[in-house]
Amino acid sequence: MALLEVKDLQVYYGVIQALKGISFEVNEGEIVTLIGANGAGKTTTMQSIIGLIPSNHGTVIFDGQDITKVPCHKLVHAGLTQVPEGRRIFQELTVYENLLMGGFSQKDQSILKQDIEKIYERFPRLAERKNQIAGTLSGGEQQMLAIGRAMMSRPKLLLLDEPSMGLSPLLVDQVFEIIKQLRDDGTTILLVEQNAGKSLAISDRAYVLELGEIVLSGTGAELAASEEVKKAYLGG
Amino acid sequence: MEIIETLISGLSSGGTYAMIALGYTMVYGIAKMLNFAHGDIIMVGGYAIYTTMIATKNPILGLGVAIIFCMLLGISVEKIAYKPLRGASPLAVLITAIGVSYLLQSTAQMIFGTAPKMVIVAEMGNMEIGALKIPYYIIVTLVCSAIVMVALTLFVKKTKTGRAMVAVSEDRGAAQLMGINVNRIIMITFAIGSALAALAGFFMLMKAPSLTNTLGAMPGIKAFTAAVIGGIGSIPGAMIGGLLLGIVEAVTSKSAAIAPYTDAIEFLILIIILLVRPTGILGKVRREKV
Repeated sequence: MALLEVKDLQVYYGVIQALKGISFEVNEGEIVTLIGANGAGKTTTMQSIIGLIPSNHGTVIFDGQDITKVPCHKLVHAGLTQVPEGRRIFQELTVYENLLMGGFSQKDQSILKQDIEKIYERFPRLAERKNQIAGTLSGGEQQMLAIGRAMMSRPKLLLLDEPSMGLSPLLVDQVFEIIKQLRDDGTTILLVEQNAGKSLAISDRAYVLELGEIVLSGTGAELAASEEVKKAYLGG
Repeated sequence: MEIIETLISGLSSGGTYAMIALGYTMVYGIAKMLNFAHGDIIMVGGYAIYTTMIATKNPILGLGVAIIFCMLLGISVEKIAYKPLRGASPLAVLITAIGVSYLLQSTAQMIFGTAPKMVIVAEMGNMEIGALKIPYYIIVTLVCSAIVMVALTLFVKKTKTGRAMVAVSEDRGAAQLMGINVNRIIMITFAIGSALAALAGFFMLMKAPSLTNTLGAMPGIKAFTAAVIGGIGSIPGAMIGGLLLGIVEAVTSKSAAIAPYTDAIEFLILIIILLVRPTGILGKVRREKV
């Protein structure tokens, strides 16, 4: 059974239809990627699933539950969270406090402490800088923090919106490596990326979004080999 | 000696301004709106103290009733008047707040009439240390507001709810992603701000026992000025702004030649500070998030 099932999702901004009824699913243990150009509706899809943008039509089923109208702050408890585009860490809080915020829904203090230690193990850089104000971190470190913060809520499904944006090539590779590790450790991943080549390489399946519609779908390898995808997104 | 007395008195009225300014700044930071009805919560608190004292003659009970009543009022105003406008243009919210302000003033006038009420909170003498002679109400105000400021700072820094307030004020969307119920945080903010306004009303009645339905209007505007001077949205900024305004007021009103221009001087300082630092003393430029 699919962990996340999106059916005929439509979103309007005023009179402009940003999503024209998209349907897709994410199975447990997969990395699924939505690729597409700027303005294709990738971020809108993510924001709408997580409840930050209201949808006008369609349903979103997560873990057997209809979450279409569930407010964003309740989804964390259900096991769904997002690393937003542009990272959006809390600049004025320390690294440690950011991780605490990530574990906001965790009531058990000892589990909270353990989880923070696990994040420090995964990202030793964050441990080194735990008392530093997050706004002073480098872009790469901020991305690690954003991912670590999201992992604090122990999500079943993690939505990642453009995690490689604005990072140096070396860090981009590192971020994709981390995403793969997270999947291998049991977190299902829905990824939105402009870096089609790198994301298709780690994806189990992928969908191509164009102007608010899904125009292609297949396994990561299939899409990477597809002529249309190569032409439009892989530069040749 | 006189200069020390003036400074202490200034810090004390600055404490009152800080209490009010905190309400403005917290609501602005977290709900992203200017609550121009905030000053009138002080007035409502004043009438709550007055009514309780007629019944019981107990000023502490009066303060307690005022704090609880104002908290409930603040929460209700937010739920009824502001919450439906979340996402509306800031101008619509601002005009609504002004409407709420008039509504509160007029309701008070209908219930209590236009004649000022005398509210003698407590007969207190002067404290004398050597040559220093300071009225007790000044000491009480100073100590209470200092305690509240420390407590509020600790609350924001050390508690889960406090950190959630910082998170919501910085990035509402990201805060929701953490599982923070933004509506609940906004409600708590209004409750805290209104409780502090009630406390400010108590301080003001200790200083001058005359109560009318416009009690909160001028202090409200001045405390708003203090919040802007300190950097609106910043909690320590509101404290600094409030204390600064109190000291300026105490110093200028000492000289007969300058005293009539006290308000003008205060607003002049606001203009100068905004010219030099448009974000206020501790204000930050925040990048707009979409």
